[in-house]
Amino acid sequence: MNTLIVVAVILLGLSFAYRWGVATSRKVASTTGAKMHSRYGYHGILVALWCAIPAAIVFVLYLVFEPMIAEAIMQSYLPRAVAADPALTADAMGRIRNIASGFGASGEIPAYQQAAANALSRVSNTAGLATIALAAAAGIIGAAMARARITPDLRARNFVEIAVRIMLIVCSAIAILTTLGIVLSVLSESIRFFTYVNVFDFLFGTTWNPRFSSTGSGGQGEFGLLPLLWGTIMITIIAMLIAVPIGLMSAIYLSEYAGSKFRFIAKPLLEVLAGIPTIVYGIFAIFTVGPVFYEIGKLIGLDIRAASAFTAGTVMGIMIIPFVSSLSDDIISQVPQAMRDGSYGLGATKSETIRRVILPAALPGIVGAFLLAVSRAVGETMIVVLAAGNSPVLTLNPFDAVSTVTVTIVNQLTGDSDFASPQSLVAFALGLTLFVLTLCLNVVAIYIVKRYREQYE
Amino acid sequence: MAVTTDARDIDAAGSSSRKIVERGLARRKRNEVIFKGIGLGAILIGISLVAVLFGSILYKGVPAFTQATLHLDVTFDPAIVNVPEKPVQGADENDADYYERLLSWQRRLVFVNWNRVIQDAIAKVVPAAADNARDAAGMVASGERVRLRDMVAEDPSLIGTTKAVSLVAAANIDVWLKGNIDRSLAQSKQQLTALQQEWADDLYDRGVITMAFSSVLFTNVDSRSSPATAGLLGAMVGSIMMMLIVMFCAVPVGVMAAVYLEEFAPKNRLTDIIEVNINNLAAVPSIVFGLLGAAIFINLLGLPLSAPLVGGLVLSLMTLPTVIIASRASLRAVPPSIRQAALGVGASPTQAMFHHTLPLAVPGMLTGAIIGVAQALGETAPLLLIGMNAFVPNVPTTPIEQSTALPVQIYLWQGNEMRNFFEARTAAAILILLAVMISMNAFAIFMRHRFERRW
Repeated sequence: MNTLIVVAVILLGLSFAYRWGVATSRKVASTTGAKMHSRYGYHGILVALWCAIPAAIVFVLYLVFEPMIAEAIMQSYLPRAVAADPALTADAMGRIRNIASGFGASGEIPAYQQAAANALSRVSNTAGLATIALAAAAGIIGAAMARARITPDLRARNFVEIAVRIMLIVCSAIAILTTLGIVLSVLSESIRFFTYVNVFDFLFGTTWNPRFSSTGSGGQGEFGLLPLLWGTIMITIIAMLIAVPIGLMSAIYLSEYAGSKFRFIAKPLLEVLAGIPTIVYGIFAIFTVGPVFYEIGKLIGLDIRAASAFTAGTVMGIMIIPFVSSLSDDIISQVPQAMRDGSYGLGATKSETIRRVILPAALPGIVGAFLLAVSRAVGETMIVVLAAGNSPVLTLNPFDAVSTVTVTIVNQLTGDSDFASPQSLVAFALGLTLFVLTLCLNVVAIYIVKRYREQYE
Repeated sequence: MAVTTDARDIDAAGSSSRKIVERGLARRKRNEVIFKGIGLGAILIGISLVAVLFGSILYKGVPAFTQATLHLDVTFDPAIVNVPEKPVQGADENDADYYERLLSWQRRLVFVNWNRVIQDAIAKVVPAAADNARDAAGMVASGERVRLRDMVAEDPSLIGTTKAVSLVAAANIDVWLKGNIDRSLAQSKQQLTALQQEWADDLYDRGVITMAFSSVLFTNVDSRSSPATAGLLGAMVGSIMMMLIVMFCAVPVGVMAAVYLEEFAPKNRLTDIIEVNINNLAAVPSIVFGLLGAAIFINLLGLPLSAPLVGGLVLSLMTLPTVIIASRASLRAVPPSIRQAALGVGASPTQAMFHHTLPLAVPGMLTGAIIGVAQALGETAPLLLIGMNAFVPNVPTTPIEQSTALPVQIYLWQGNEMRNFFEARTAAAILILLAVMISMNAFAIFMRHRFERRW
């Protein structure tokens, strides 16, 4: 409620500043009779900006310093016995804040708490009022200075546009900062992890047995990446074996054979698969697909576990089908019509044209699309968390339970272990592996797809 | 060269290659049909997979929207509900002291033997219940005791009256009546006692227990002790908060970044790097964003675990590239002549952008934004890493309180050990999630068709 009033007051103030700027520039225009460089509205916005920025700075300073000042005041009132114990201090400070805010505290209120609360409410009231006054003053002075500078020659529009430009640049920088944040955070935590575990033991170790951090210094646990990486690769291969034929053939049919009506219905139906959250696929895998595979395995005498690389890979393949098909569809439809016509002119049938002319021409793009699909499969988490069986061993049998890099990240970070232990930090080393792996795949794939597009433009 | 070749040779060569072609024709036509058939088959497989997926979830989830419910006359007997008057705030009493007194009154209410109240209510329809307290109390979901208590806490005048109340039956009764339990199983392996089984069947036949719409699914929060009354309210509120954060962070920032990159950025190395970087960011696995959130928002900045604020920020960063790419595409789709015309009559590049190009690109941007937000709604993995898999039996009121989210709740429910009950609940939660996502996507498609302009 309080914040709403503040926001309303600020908006009101800004609109006043804007009106003021507009009115002043109108007056300047009419009294001097000169032609204004900028339209009245830009003068208004400029004045409003000069009002808003100083006031905002004052408020930010207040928000930064207020908690520190409040803490210092309360500290000064605490008896020595209370100040020595952090738990008691926190409790006392909470009570003091409650008393100061007028809510009160239950039970008997010690004198020092009452005194501190009185001081606190006095100071915070004055500080709050002072800040409001200061912010208002800063805003008014800023606006007045900006207003005084309004002349016909003032390049108000250019200044406003610079401000807009700065805002746009800041927004674009966030994307860069995100990447930077990912790289720095994952890298620094990984480096911390590698102070506990040798890099080569991690990269080439064949045993994954992290143990629990609470078992103490006796055993570090073994952090071999290979079983996890192999699990990831196996599931990705199974997924691609399912997604590539179905996805590619669907794309070919949709772009070369299907009539526009069929296409209009079938394409969105297939793309529904792309919009379904991965958790739903995971549940589908353990509730439906896994049990069905288990029963089929019993029928034909194979030992297929319900949660296995095969189950996870199959469902992941289903998830990737629309990804492969829509990317391939795009790429196939970019092959110039002239190539098709040339092939038909030589008497080739449609399927021959597709197999001998269109696919070879589209191959680089399609490979790029496959790589993007692989990178998606490698980074997929929820399906494998639910359906891969979480058993980090090196196995060649796709019907066994396996574990993957992403599953292990989730397992290591959602436990109760200490954030600074190697058991938690290894998640970041795994994340780094995953990031580098998918980054390479993406860079290569995007490069190939881009080159391919340029080839036919 | 035709000049040096005899005309008859050409004829001969023509007829012989014609023969070769004709010989192969049947095979080639067959191959054509087979190839086309494979293509059609692939699409049909894809579409049937969609059908199987939705079919299996609907089949599992729809029954969970109705739930066994007992319709009983509950008497709030003053002998059992034995509490003093509800305290009233005195004129000279501060808030803290009043709440202390109120709390102690509510504590008295907690210690009331609510099982006895329920037992008496059941005994009105099954007299045998009067002598079997344990069996009777086990008929009703344990969370319903809390509801009776809250009814009295809200309106103390209920004490001494009788009221018709619909109480959700215990999860095992629901499973029993829906036939999700093997009735031929030995009694020693059954969750319900013989008496409870008999009562359940009897009351169901008499209409005291009916399969009513499961409103608790929407009005309650998650519960461990009372599976039958576990609901999605907390998760839904958490998800809505995160959606709002994504909408107010990712969408404006993404649109402005797209405007800058498409219109104002100088074409140089740095812009190329930003370009590649955004494309890459769109393909970074979502779990890596979770790691970013865990390391920066939680470990470095000290924001609370499991808070929708952190979840929303992580999802915003994840959605940002999607929004930027969609916005750039729709800016690019506006014909350059519009911009050139604006520039031609003296507008500055900023004016041309904000007055002419941007408004025309808004429908496309909106579509991209809605699809991005819907994607964020279904995302689970990054939320697990920032602690949202915690059990939270509350509805968050601010974005810095602990909360869960819909997809995470689905993840938690699928792991519940009471599988024959929670399998259906999980599927029902998925149906709710999918319904929200599909309506968002449908809205996006509608917007695209309604406002799309072809140039």
